[in-house]
Amino acid sequence: MDLTNISFMKIRRQTTVLSIILIVISIYSLFVNKLNFGLDFTGGSLIEIRLSEDIDSLEEIRELLQSMNLNDFQVNYFGSNKDISIKVPGGEASIDESLLIQNLKQYFDFEVRRQEFVGPQVGSELRDQGGLGLLAALAVMMVYIMFRFQYKFALGALLALIHDVLIVLGFFSFFSLDFDLSVLAAILAVIGYSLNDTIVVSDRVRENFRKKRRSDSEIAINRSLSQMIGRTLITSLTTLLVLIALLIFGGETISNFSIALIVGVISGTYSSIYIVCNTLLSLKVTSEDLMIRKTEVLDDGMP
Amino acid sequence: MLRFQLWKIFLVFSVLSLGVIYSLPNIFPPDPAVQITFNSSGGSFNDRVVENIRSNAEKKNINFLSVENDENSILFRTNNYSDQISLKQHFEESLDNNFVIALNLAPNTPEWLKSLNAFPMKLGLDLRGGVHFLLEADTDLLVEAKLESSISNLKRILKDISLKPAALEIEDTSILISLNTQQDADLFTEAFQRLNGFELEPLNSSDYRLRLTNEELEQMIDYAVLQNLNTLRNRVNELGISEPVVQRQGAKRISIQLPGVQDTAEAKKIIGKTANLEFRLEAENRTSLASRVERFPFNGREVNLEKKLIISGDQVSDASVGYDENGFPQVNISLDSEGGAKMHRSTRNNVGTKMAVLFVERKSKTELIDGIPEVINFFEKRIISLATIQSALASQFRITGLDSPEEASELALLLRAGALAAPMDFVEEGTIGPSLGADNIKLGIQSLLFGLGLVLLFMIFYYKIFGLIANLAVVLNIVLIVSVMSILSATLTLPGIAGIVLTIGMAVDANVLIFSRIREELKNKLKPQDAISAGYDRALITIVDANLTTLIVAVILYAVGTGPIQGFAITLSIGILTSMFTAILFTRMMVYFIYGRRKEIEKLWI
Repeated sequence: MDLTNISFMKIRRQTTVLSIILIVISIYSLFVNKLNFGLDFTGGSLIEIRLSEDIDSLEEIRELLQSMNLNDFQVNYFGSNKDISIKVPGGEASIDESLLIQNLKQYFDFEVRRQEFVGPQVGSELRDQGGLGLLAALAVMMVYIMFRFQYKFALGALLALIHDVLIVLGFFSFFSLDFDLSVLAAILAVIGYSLNDTIVVSDRVRENFRKKRRSDSEIAINRSLSQMIGRTLITSLTTLLVLIALLIFGGETISNFSIALIVGVISGTYSSIYIVCNTLLSLKVTSEDLMIRKTEVLDDGMP
Repeated sequence: MLRFQLWKIFLVFSVLSLGVIYSLPNIFPPDPAVQITFNSSGGSFNDRVVENIRSNAEKKNINFLSVENDENSILFRTNNYSDQISLKQHFEESLDNNFVIALNLAPNTPEWLKSLNAFPMKLGLDLRGGVHFLLEADTDLLVEAKLESSISNLKRILKDISLKPAALEIEDTSILISLNTQQDADLFTEAFQRLNGFELEPLNSSDYRLRLTNEELEQMIDYAVLQNLNTLRNRVNELGISEPVVQRQGAKRISIQLPGVQDTAEAKKIIGKTANLEFRLEAENRTSLASRVERFPFNGREVNLEKKLIISGDQVSDASVGYDENGFPQVNISLDSEGGAKMHRSTRNNVGTKMAVLFVERKSKTELIDGIPEVINFFEKRIISLATIQSALASQFRITGLDSPEEASELALLLRAGALAAPMDFVEEGTIGPSLGADNIKLGIQSLLFGLGLVLLFMIFYYKIFGLIANLAVVLNIVLIVSVMSILSATLTLPGIAGIVLTIGMAVDANVLIFSRIREELKNKLKPQDAISAGYDRALITIVDANLTTLIVAVILYAVGTGPIQGFAITLSIGILTSMFTAILFTRMMVYFIYGRRKEIEKLWI
């Protein structure tokens, strides 16, 4: 296929508007719907059971739990009509899981698949740690890119990463998906992935700027993107292929992890093209910004 | 002609052969097994005991593959998980409670691999089932105890210099002292230097607040948690489970993983016991002040005991169950030298007085305080024995008057395994059923194979011969990840498998970068050989840059994360490193083998 010269930057205004709309929706949703924090972060108890046969309604289990003086709980199917998860968030007086299981056993035949209890203290600590990890990751990246490239690229990469993180968070908030530790890990992986993309694109932009000093910035960026679009799409495609395999075959436990990564990879691919290059153009990046410093050893010429 | 140095070929082949050998143990799936060990009462598996248990299992008609045993345990290998469970249930019903029965996964590593020190990866709890706990030390009580002992120290110091304070008391986490005169205050500030670990904060000319220094506090907690770690290890070992993990997590927490255990309650009973013993003298009415005695019920009457301890359970060095002349259970106790000396000093002058053994257990209950549920910790103390001291005791003596052999063996276990330096609360616990573990392995491998298949097909379709080479690299990359995990004896978890799957997707990126560059250079009318060299050389910088950043993220993930996140971070970082090796060095070598030695290449299959 011939992708040698596509004017990616022709639609930069439209994509800016699109990005802003998506980010506004994400932030709005984060404020209104909030994040549906999982047990890892809120603390509480979780019991997953597999019944010996399918049941059509969870009402009976709900009523049974209510009769045990539990009010704030969630009962859901977990992957099939046999698998049920019961969640009691922290805050309520600690529940006696074994008593609960005994009571349920009087009415249903099941096997306990998983049982978790997380103290409220641990939960809030994990939340803080997670946020800290996110910030640390972003900060280290910034420094690395400033060192390897230049501050305009670092700013572009930072905006792209913030964009991606917000979109994934917004997606989870908008569709009220469970936000647990594995999703946090996925978001950090998305940061890594999106950055990977950003650096590959930036690398080529730098190379083209250095090759043709006089050319117009927009043309140089368009050329770089056209040269890299094949690689960008193929890598995103192969990554998405395995993620879809994870989503389909990985089971309920890692389905949210896969979803977060899928959304993140798509957003990351888009942002490494539009957010990064848009920022570069807005900051009026020129070839002078990328002059080779004497100390830098870079194989830039023909062999 | 392409160039590829000989030493690089040598390097690639040695790494790959090491990788294959050390990943091999993982293709022999372990057998679900049931492991039987003696509990704390001890015993050894001689031929007779083994034969008994074996015939007991055969009677029940449950299939098992083989029986292995050594002095300390017997292992029944079974065909599948349902046989394993029914065998375990059968043993639980038929064997007496001298035995500990646990589920296990018995590795099938062939001898020649074992001799090379090659072992399979460890599987995390989410893949093999089991119980995990996270315990946190209650440092408030530790501080309280420290303040109490410090205040008596301080009293002694003040007595030494004949200083009488107007008031001396504990307030929250500090000690308050009021002095009568300025002169006293000066004397006090000088004497204060002899009290370690406190800082002095003057409130006004005569009142001072004594606060524990941060270093002292940290050191205290650190010491207590380390000691608890030791105690918990002992206790977990008493459970007789294979491959338990007991490790410190952060400043105040200890995490425990017990693979193969399903019964949280039983494990919790032993691990969570914050019981201790106190040995005290009975207070004689005429000599004792009311403030120095404590009342306890015992056998329907009230007993006055001295508040002061002779010794506590910490000083017990060994304890075992025995029976007295009348067949009643007793616990034989050995004390360490310090405990023995204290015991001797106290009992020598009190022959004829009674000595009580108090069982102290920390419990918690939830109470509504102003409508908000709050967990309240309290100590439950009861007298388990009260006997007249016949003669001065030393470091060897016995406790009698226990209700049952079970109580005796539990007490002996707790004394032997040691007391906790600071009480610990369960802040997290979880159980994963063995069937969920097996399912998770199945799901993980399924998604791995499916994802791999899709990527392999796509690469061949898009890059032809080069795609095939990249595919070989991806497969070898998985082999290398597995072998590195095995060598490091890292634990594979479900998020870990997700990390490997993700690495597959990203590992081809390096090759995509190289190949698209080669295509580009071909389009620029470069000769095939030159295009190959240029493709590899130019893409290298980009690949290193891109992978390094992802590696940084993985390291941060590992540093701030716990359990599942770390599992993911480990495989991701290993995957990034190995993929750089396979995607750059290995593929270049393959390209060299195919195209390198020809003088003229007409066309590249790319």
